[in-house]
Amino acid sequence: MKILVVDDEKDIQALFEQRFRKEIRSHEMEFSFVYSGEEALAFMNDHIHEAVLILSDINMPGMSGLELLKRIKQRYENPPPVVMMITAYGDEENYQKSLSYGADDFLTKPLDFLLLKEKLKKIEV
Amino acid sequence: MSLEFIIIIIVVSYLRKRLQMSLTMPEWNRRFLWLLYGSVGLLILQVSVPRFNAVGNWISIAVLGLLLYIIYKEKVFESERFLVTALLPLLGVLLFEDTIILISRSFYDKWKSWIDPLHAFAVIWALGTWIVTRKQRSELKKAREKAYEEEQNNRIISQMKARLEVQVAERTAALTRQKEELEHTLTELKSTQAQLIQSEKMASLGELTAGIAHEIQNPLNFVNNFSEVNKELLEELKLAIDKGSMGEVKALADDIIENEQKINHHGKRADGIVKSMLQHSRKSTGQKELTDINALCDEYLRLSFHGLRAKDKSFNAKFKTDFDTAAGKINIMPQEIGRVLLNLLNNAFYAVNEKKQEGIQNYEPAVTVQTKKTGNSVSITVSDNGNGIPEKIKDKIFQPFFTTKQTGQGTGLGLSLSFDIIKSHGGNINMETREKEGTKFIITLPT
Repeated sequence: MKILVVDDEKDIQALFEQRFRKEIRSHEMEFSFVYSGEEALAFMNDHIHEAVLILSDINMPGMSGLELLKRIKQRYENPPPVVMMITAYGDEENYQKSLSYGADDFLTKPLDFLLLKEKLKKIEV
Repeated sequence: MSLEFIIIIIVVSYLRKRLQMSLTMPEWNRRFLWLLYGSVGLLILQVSVPRFNAVGNWISIAVLGLLLYIIYKEKVFESERFLVTALLPLLGVLLFEDTIILISRSFYDKWKSWIDPLHAFAVIWALGTWIVTRKQRSELKKAREKAYEEEQNNRIISQMKARLEVQVAERTAALTRQKEELEHTLTELKSTQAQLIQSEKMASLGELTAGIAHEIQNPLNFVNNFSEVNKELLEELKLAIDKGSMGEVKALADDIIENEQKINHHGKRADGIVKSMLQHSRKSTGQKELTDINALCDEYLRLSFHGLRAKDKSFNAKFKTDFDTAAGKINIMPQEIGRVLLNLLNNAFYAVNEKKQEGIQNYEPAVTVQTKKTGNSVSITVSDNGNGIPEKIKDKIFQPFFTTKQTGQGTGLGLSLSFDIIKSHGGNINMETREKEGTKFIITLPT
């Protein structure tokens, strides 16, 4: 499974690579990283079938995670990639908005990697 | 010769008139009247009866002598004593003349040509003295009038002076009172100003809190995550040691070291944020310190963005930085300049957000921070692509308490405080704006 991670924090890459090192080693999962919504859209143009999961930070400068979610769900209809939203402000408003835009799941920071791993594995099934 | 009686008549008439004797000294007036009438009578007698001439002369000399004696002796005639000086020579000449006539008429006739000039001289003397005295008197009168006038003037001047002094005292008292009132008001204003500045600081701190929370949470998440990962890696390391696979041990150890560096890095990042927050709420020490301008701009850009983001979830904007690495470190009060940046950035984000609400097609809200080193100064430009500042309020934006925000949303002190802060650093703050296109604030600081 190929997963695109979108976050404006660069160290997120090192963290994911370590947290998912077993899965990466066993080629169970493959991660790509971009640092803004704009980059994510550009990346998905070139790797259209590879991006399966997007962990997007709602609270990003430039295009917000919500905007990115909306655009992805509009652009890739059949089948759209699974989008999980992560934000530091897990409030009702963002939750509802994410759901209405078609988010598949909703996670809050600090990220619980065990939970994320379980959720990712469920998608795989 | 009837000159003597004529002189007596003239002198008596003169004195009566001059001294207004009928009013001031009625007794002497009565006597003088008798003298006057007597003299007129005797004059007529002397002129009409030639035999009486000699006797008349002697009487007239005696009367004139008496008259002069009275004038000389009596205090009431003191002012007219010049008459004695004027007429005494004439009296002497007449007495001398008549005495010679009485002794020897032939002697008189023989020396008449000598006696006559004496006579003339005495008359001239009398007239001269008279004229000189009159002149002196008129001069004296003039001088007296002048002195009186001066005295009058002096009195008026001193009255005015006294009045002026009273007025000056009143005014001084009023001014002193006003000065005290003003000083009191100034003290009150100063303390109000200090309070306002403090509340403005606290307000911006409130705006910051959420941004700071976000900023701190990210590094803390990394610290937690990487240390958890390291725990797992260390477990794996133990297994690898048991297995004796030294290559794996080394690889794991390298990973752990790398993670430790990340933990350290993010720990320091959180530390820096807390420190800068403390600095922001703290009263300015007034101490300048070498500060990395680009780092400061970056820090406050993030704080401003996340602060606004935390307040308004729908808020979003692009932000760009264009930092000149040559800007380097300059000597400033970082928390003060930070407040200026925060204020300008919040305004910029506010402006682009306002424009975004209008729902213009293809509008991308963007805020840019640019630094540039030129010669002996560093400039920081904060620009937005909002609606710009209307022409009519352009001049007012740096005025204290001027705000376009609704009551309670802005103190109107932000830009005026920013202006003061930049001025106290010896710098400049300028604004360029175009309606519908955006606004640029340019701070110039000396290096």
